Amino acid sequence: MIKIIDLKKSFNDKKVLDGVNMEIEKGKITVIIGRSGEGKSVLIKHIIGLLKPDSGEIFLDGHDMTRMNEMELNEVRRRFGMLFQGAALFDSMTVGENVAFPLREHTDMPEADLKQTIREKLRKVGLKDIEQMMPADLSGGMKKRVGLARAIAMDPEIVLFDEPTTGLDPIMADNIANLILDTQRDLKTTYIVITHDIPLTYKIADKIAMLHEGKIVEQGDVDYIRDCSNPVLRQFLEGKSEGPIKVL
Amino acid sequence: MRELFESLGKWAGRVVSSTGGMTLMLIQAVLWIFVPPLKLRNIFRQMEFVGVNSLFVVILTGAFTGAVLALQSYNALKRFGAESLVGPTVALSMARELGPVLTGLMVTGRAGSAMATELGTMRVTEQIDALYTMAVNPVKYLVSPRILAGVFMMPVLAIVTDFVGVLGGYFVAVKMLGVNSGVYIGRTVDFVQAQDIFDGLIKASVFGLILSIVACYHGFNTTGGAAGVGEAATKSVVMGCVLILVADYFLTSVMF
Repeated sequence: MIKIIDLKKSFNDKKVLDGVNMEIEKGKITVIIGRSGEGKSVLIKHIIGLLKPDSGEIFLDGHDMTRMNEMELNEVRRRFGMLFQGAALFDSMTVGENVAFPLREHTDMPEADLKQTIREKLRKVGLKDIEQMMPADLSGGMKKRVGLARAIAMDPEIVLFDEPTTGLDPIMADNIANLILDTQRDLKTTYIVITHDIPLTYKIADKIAMLHEGKIVEQGDVDYIRDCSNPVLRQFLEGKSEGPIKVL
Repeated sequence: MRELFESLGKWAGRVVSSTGGMTLMLIQAVLWIFVPPLKLRNIFRQMEFVGVNSLFVVILTGAFTGAVLALQSYNALKRFGAESLVGPTVALSMARELGPVLTGLMVTGRAGSAMATELGTMRVTEQIDALYTMAVNPVKYLVSPRILAGVFMMPVLAIVTDFVGVLGGYFVAVKMLGVNSGVYIGRTVDFVQAQDIFDGLIKASVFGLILSIVACYHGFNTTGGAAGVGEAATKSVVMGCVLILVADYFLTSVMF
């Protein structure tokens, strides 16, 4: 389980996270929603140790990640996978090499087994026979699926998703939502998804948390969030420009 | 006046910050080389990129520089009846100075800018963050092999430039200007010592270190999307070339 306590982070005097408190349950899908620029990406970059907070703690199974050095963080990161917003595939490598990358770096898997694993991971995300293609030749949806295959290549305990459906058409977005559900059910992994895609949120979430002005303003299961009367949450979920959230 | 001091202060701050940043990155990159596993495939790929792929451009540079040097020195030396010294003039200039410096500048333009662009693109498209998330240290994976490639391939390229430069000089002096072939080669062998070539290669190696760390640092710290990538490439070439010329002065004053 991941526990975040009073996490604060500022960039050039701009408060991005202003005391985030939340718990992420093991084996569940937690979706963090919020407007663009509210610090969702900053929050998950803290969870995986890419950023150091100004103050606050992040406990992973009781160990404070904010106090770990780079070597310790590297050990912990092996338990994570991450799908980036733009997939962040290595554009100098083929699809197969991308998926194989973490396995080649951290295991001594024989080449034959490696090929089999790559095929299996790509099949899990609905792709086949594209190992030799380059990322530049893939559509946005395919890139995300290859990114997901790479994220789950090492069978991680926790997978982070940064805006998994941004830039995709609604059908592909639904396809990605199904893949998130299927792979999570298969692997019983802890998934943390940040998004502002409301249909995706309702479809996949076990727990929803809303980040607004640097704080988690509401968190709970889907039914709680659906019925919650918090005006900030309601305005965001209903997609209205009038309300307590000011549009700049 | 206040604005002038403010901008001078900011400039000084940037210089100190980038010098410190580059030094720290260099220390990390060197330390990571000794942490197993050593990814030879990655290192050889960078050596191919910096070395083999730069061959054509350094051969052209070396050949024409040697040719021009022969032409200029012939015209100057002829006034004193010392045409026989064209060979050593070309060879010594190439080995001690022009071979390593011109190779450094050409490789900075070709490979240094490409390194900064590649790493900059990797930064803005979150590929470097992706390495961190996969528990792979980007300095070990991206910077150390490029520095090794710069340090080891630059002397190889410099020796090619030296050799081709001497050939270019030979062609102009002997075939076009009528200097005796035996005199050209004999005098060159008499005057040029192994130490001259060796010192030039040391210089080339230092220039390889400079161009690769400057390019990696600017690429690694790129911000601001496509414009930032372009800026990183420009900075790496400008700073790389300037630092090579500055380092050349200090190395020359120590070596010769």
